[in-house]
Amino acid sequence: MFSDFVKYIAEGTAITVAVTLVALPFGLVIGLGVALVYNYGGRIASRLAAIYSLLMRGVPPVALLFTLYFILSGRYVNLSPFWAGSLSLGVVSSAYQMEILRGALQAVGGGQMTAARAVGMSRWQAIRFIIIPQAFRLAIPPWSNEASIVLKDSSLVYALGVPEILRRAQQLSATTQQPFLAFGTAALIYFVLVFLTNRGLDWLSEKTKLPTQHA
Amino acid sequence: MDTPIILQAKNLTKIYGANTIFKDITLDVHQGETIVIIGPSGTGKSTLLRCMNLLTKVDSGQIFLEGKEITAPNMDEDEVRQQMGMVFQNFLLFNHLTALDNVTIGLTKVKKMSKSQAHEKAMEELNRVGLADRADHYPGQLSGGQQQRVAIARALAMDPKVMLFDEPTSALDPELIGEVLGVMSKLARDRMTMLVVTHEMGFAREVADQIVFMEKGSIVEQGSPDALFEHPEHARTREFLWKITELYGKKEKK
Repeated sequence: MFSDFVKYIAEGTAITVAVTLVALPFGLVIGLGVALVYNYGGRIASRLAAIYSLLMRGVPPVALLFTLYFILSGRYVNLSPFWAGSLSLGVVSSAYQMEILRGALQAVGGGQMTAARAVGMSRWQAIRFIIIPQAFRLAIPPWSNEASIVLKDSSLVYALGVPEILRRAQQLSATTQQPFLAFGTAALIYFVLVFLTNRGLDWLSEKTKLPTQHA
Repeated sequence: MDTPIILQAKNLTKIYGANTIFKDITLDVHQGETIVIIGPSGTGKSTLLRCMNLLTKVDSGQIFLEGKEITAPNMDEDEVRQQMGMVFQNFLLFNHLTALDNVTIGLTKVKKMSKSQAHEKAMEELNRVGLADRADHYPGQLSGGQQQRVAIARALAMDPKVMLFDEPTSALDPELIGEVLGVMSKLARDRMTMLVVTHEMGFAREVADQIVFMEKGSIVEQGSPDALFEHPEHARTREFLWKITELYGKKEKK
C-alpha cells in the first residue's frame, strides 16, 4: 500500500520534471529569438516582439494554456495532452524569458557590439560570439527564478488531464481520505525540486562568473 | 610624405539632426605615417574616426582605402573593417574572454584561421605589447593600461592597413598612460599607419608626422609638429595649444 503510494507519486514527479524540461528550453529558444528581434530587429519587428511579450504576459497562464491546447490538439495538429501542455507552458514562459534576456542583452552594452564590428565581425557574429555569451551569464540569476516558476506552473497541465504530481495527489487524497498527506507530499516534492534547481543554477552562475582583480 | 596615400577622406560631412558634427573634411593619410588629430572636445574628432571605418555613416563625401571607395554603396563593410584596426577610449575588450582569446577571436571567426595558427599569431601580438605573461587573464583582472594594450594587440592581429586610435589614454590613470603611449610610439617607429585622436601633446609632438587641429567640425590647420607648435598660423591653434600646455604644466606641478 505504501510502496504503491510512493511509486504513484514518483511517476507523477517524473512527469512534472519532464513537462518542465520541455517547457523551459522551448521557452528559452522562443524567448531568445524574440529578445534578439526586440533588440536587434528593425523598428517594426521590435514593436511586434514587444507586443508578443505584452500579450503573453497579460493573460492568465491557464487561459493561454487552454487556448493553445485546443490549437495544438485540434484538427490540424494533434498532440498528446503532455506535449500540447508542455509546449503551451513553454510559450507562456517564453515571454518572461524574453524579458529576462532582453534586459541581459541590453546590459552587455553597445560598446561590445561596436568593438566586435570594429574587428570585422558581422552583426550576427558579434551577437553570437560576443553578446550572447555575456548576456547568458547575466541572465542566470533571474532565469533561475523563472525556472522555479515554470516548475511550479507545470501543475497547470493537470487541467488538461496530464497525470503529474498535483493531479495524482488529488486522486490519492480522494481515495485515501488523507488530503494532508497527499498534498503535503506534493508540496514537499515541489519544494525539493525548486530548491535543487536553484542550487544547480547558483552553482552554474558561480562557475561561469568572470574573474576580477579582487577575486 | 612620399609614400602612397593609403586612406583618404574627401569632403566628409556628418550631421546629427540639427547639429553638424563636421563639415567638408578632407584628409590624406600616407602609408607609414602617424597623424594626430587634436582639438577641443565636441569638435567631431571621434566621430570622424568612427566614420573612417564605417562604424558611423557619413552624410556626404567619400572615403578611399588604397584607392578603393569604401563609402560606395554595396560595399562589404565587415570586410573594410577587417582592414582597419580601432582602439577605443574605454578599451572595449570582450569581457568574457581572456586576453589571448580577445586577440584570437577575430582571427578564428573573421579570418577563419586555424586555432593553433591564431594562437601563435595572438601570442606574437601580445608579446609586441608586452603582455604575453597575461595571456590567460580576463579583462577584469587587468589594469586599464594592460587592457588597452590588449585592445591594441587585438587590433594589430588582424594585420590592419591603418590603425585608428580614439583617445586611447583618456580613460587611464596618469601612471598608466605611459605604457600605452610607449606601445603606440613603437608602432609609429615601425611605420604602422596611424590616425590618432588624443590630448597627449607630448606624444603628438614627438611621434606625429603631421598634426591636424580640428575645431567646430572643421580642420583649422594641419602641419608638422614643429610648424604647429612653434609657428601656428591661426590664432585659434595658438590659443588651444597654449591652453592645453598650461593645463598639462599645472598637472605636472601637483
